[in-house]
Amino acid sequence: MSATILATALAIAQLALVLAMAMAVVRMLRGPRAQDRVLALDALYLNCMLLLVTLGIRTGSVFFFEASLIIAMLGFVATVALAKFLMRGEVIE
Amino acid sequence: MTPMAEVPLWAAIPIAALLLIGAGLTFIGSVGLMRLSSFYDRIHAPTLGSSWGTAGIVMASMGYFSVLQGRPVLHEFLLGVFVTVTTPVTLTLLARAAVFRDRTEGNPDVPAREPLPPAAGAAPADGEPS
Repeated sequence: MSATILATALAIAQLALVLAMAMAVVRMLRGPRAQDRVLALDALYLNCMLLLVTLGIRTGSVFFFEASLIIAMLGFVATVALAKFLMRGEVIE
Repeated sequence: MTPMAEVPLWAAIPIAALLLIGAGLTFIGSVGLMRLSSFYDRIHAPTLGSSWGTAGIVMASMGYFSVLQGRPVLHEFLLGVFVTVTTPVTLTLLARAAVFRDRTEGNPDVPAREPLPPAAGAAPADGEPS
């Protein structure tokens, strides 16, 4: 019973997260300006990180947590560097 | 699917509810990212996923592994704290960069730069692209 509830909720959650990633990709490809694409990339890595956490729940292994932590850290640095680039034209002055 | 059957029903229902809340809010945030019309509207939408979307899924993961292993497993909390701390920083930087670009181009949708008080000394250098 509890396995059925958890498996159904996990399937719905993963489907919702994959659709969210797809919509972020649509915005990234369509976005009229560079800042829209950077914002969509930010949303994309966040959704990917959440998808990895749900994958960790599904497989019952804690190793996906480390992968999602690395994605969160690298995504933060990437978005900050891209915002700096949009503002200044170069990342490190 | 074997480990899922070991979770008692009283724990499975809140874990499933938290998962659905988190994933649903993230989904709504991405719908907003795709559908809203201007950049300054769109920058608010994904924060739905980075605040309660992340919190719901992280709490579901913490509850699941705590029940499964019979001891408190709290390391996912780190993920929630990290995302909560970094999202305002990145989005503020991105919004400032967008405002700077729009002002440099003289876009009428963005309010003009306020003049600095004259006590600041020399005339403020208006934003020029470097």
